[in-house]
Amino acid sequence: MKRLTNAGILAGTTLIATGAMAQTELSMWYHGAGNEVESNILNGIIEDFNAAQSDWTVSVESFPQNSYNDSVVAGALSDNLPCILDVDGPVMPNWAWSGYMQPLPISEEAIAGHLDSTVGRWDGEIYAVGLWDAAVALYTRQSTLDDLGLRTPTLDNPWTGEEFMAALEAAKASGDYEYAFDPGMAWTGEWYPYAFSPFLQSFGGDIVDRSTYQTAEGALNGDAGIAFGEWWQSLFTVGYAPGTSQDPADRDNGFIEGKYAFQWNGNWAGVATIEGGVDDVVFLPAPDFGNGPNIGAGSWQFGASATCPHPEGVADFVEFALQDKYLAAFSDGIGLIPASEEAATMTENYAPGGALEPFFGLSEAQALVRPVSPGYVVAAKVFEKALADIANGADVADTLDAAVDEIDADIEANSGYGH
Amino acid sequence: MAATNPDNRGLRLVVRYAVLTLIAVIFIFPLLFMGMSSLKPDQQLLSDTSSLRAFLPVGDLSLDNYREAFARAPVGLFVFNSVLVTGATVLLSLAICSLAAFSFTFLEWKGRGVILSVILATLIIPFETIAIPLLLLVSKLPWIGLDGLEWGWLNSYRVQIIPWIADGLTIFLFVQYFKDLPRELIEAARVEGASWFQIYARVVMPLSGPVLATAAILKFLVMYNQYLWPLIVVQQESYRPVMVGLQYFFQLNIAWGEVMAYLTLITVPVLAFYLVLQRAFIASIASTGVKG
Repeated sequence: MKRLTNAGILAGTTLIATGAMAQTELSMWYHGAGNEVESNILNGIIEDFNAAQSDWTVSVESFPQNSYNDSVVAGALSDNLPCILDVDGPVMPNWAWSGYMQPLPISEEAIAGHLDSTVGRWDGEIYAVGLWDAAVALYTRQSTLDDLGLRTPTLDNPWTGEEFMAALEAAKASGDYEYAFDPGMAWTGEWYPYAFSPFLQSFGGDIVDRSTYQTAEGALNGDAGIAFGEWWQSLFTVGYAPGTSQDPADRDNGFIEGKYAFQWNGNWAGVATIEGGVDDVVFLPAPDFGNGPNIGAGSWQFGASATCPHPEGVADFVEFALQDKYLAAFSDGIGLIPASEEAATMTENYAPGGALEPFFGLSEAQALVRPVSPGYVVAAKVFEKALADIANGADVADTLDAAVDEIDADIEANSGYGH
Repeated sequence: MAATNPDNRGLRLVVRYAVLTLIAVIFIFPLLFMGMSSLKPDQQLLSDTSSLRAFLPVGDLSLDNYREAFARAPVGLFVFNSVLVTGATVLLSLAICSLAAFSFTFLEWKGRGVILSVILATLIIPFETIAIPLLLLVSKLPWIGLDGLEWGWLNSYRVQIIPWIADGLTIFLFVQYFKDLPRELIEAARVEGASWFQIYARVVMPLSGPVLATAAILKFLVMYNQYLWPLIVVQQESYRPVMVGLQYFFQLNIAWGEVMAYLTLITVPVLAFYLVLQRAFIASIASTGVKG
């Protein structure tokens, strides 16, 4: 009997010990294949997480960013999603609404003090949390401002629309530049709604009516939308900016080479611009066209797939990854804005006096996330085409009306997208 | 009848060679641009695009882009995967499609005309329209492997090979070619007592070199350039082919030199395959009028 009791104790102890040692695997998909620096930082975080606790072990599969969303949609269709999903901020509502993701059981304390734009909320719940954000600024040289006799706009006192256009006119009249302004027409895709819809919002319009998310009527093609469209078209007809045929090489190097006086660009290009020889570069806030100055917001975030049986494990991983030292490591590695102010002070570029410090202030003060709706992924493509058409000379009112019809038809076809 | 003036004949020869050289240069320019660009740093590569320097080995040349390309992506693995998938599919396709075409051409059976028409009709259906249904199908198919019965073909070589083995175009090429073979050869073999498979293997296939080369090259190009299908059925890097791998190089700031180095590397198997089969390919085009 005693022997049996001992055997039972031994077996029980072994089971408990095995249970304590066994880590449940959490598979993860990430968009960073091909980016060695980013992959190394993420792998480091995963190694630290796997070693720091005994409940979970994360294994990552990286995908190229350009095809990542297609891979996730295909994975969802074939019931083959991982536990941890990496999702671009504006796409998250669509994936949540489509049933690809589930709410992330993370506490509000864990994200206290983080930039609002790094927290992905849909339908009143947190679905994803990001370690960084991106911001756009108006690049120019201090010497350009001085030569043209322009005042330096600040976050508290940005340029008005009139001041901005006067600056472009002064740069054009100087004859020193091929174009006064490079908005980045060579960068197609998400760049258009991310970078240019804030101008529309500053005019008082929007891609859709955010009060209901049921229509774009009046938001995109109302008086403010028309005013924005006419201003947008004038950039190209008057010759302030290169059009849709802009050489991608000029987009990458034109400002550095002095072809453009002003450039609308993201924080990710800041270091390369300085290293390219523009040592007096200044990052100016967006101009205010009457309804407040805005820039886009919302970058990549982590969430749990709908089929993941362990969302609490995903939340554990995300909370672990949100440590300031990791936010700072990502920022130093790939140049993005860390999600918290504490982390920003630990970075090379966003600490007080850092080369890119103005971007953190821009994110805090001017960031406006793109429409938080599952329909955004369609509306964004419609908006991109409309802006390209208007830049190429299409009638502003007709083009915006057609875009509204297309967006509204999509919303109706999807029964309002759950709003 | 007047004799041809030797001077005119010489002039015509010069003009002909000049035109042919010009055409050859036009065709080789993209390859030349790719190869030369792969040796230049990005700044120089971009500035050279506005002049003929883009096609010349001038400036700061090095193999740095190749080194960086190998560091950014497992290039060797991607090439291996593509060559394996492409090679297996081409071989199986030649075997299966030629057998089907043999049946359609030489065997008498009810409904073969209708079935051949249905197969040919599949040529007008774009792959994009059946990609999702096919994905749903292969994600639930059974497979008996070393670990026993398993469900789902995703993340494997077989999912990239098997759905592509049989296709209407390859069957059509074989049918067209087989129709032109002398019937007397088949009948003589039948009289000698050969089975249909013996006729296929020992009479028809040995005479089918040109169409085999054509079908192989066309299939090779289709398979080697596969992008959408592997993108949706393969989530593991270990099974990714070269075209999905190309996306590794399109980051926010594109390193064009590395892109060109990668493209140069993945073009090598295609060129090698074409050079091996080019004589038979040209003979096939000349005899069947089929253009790739």
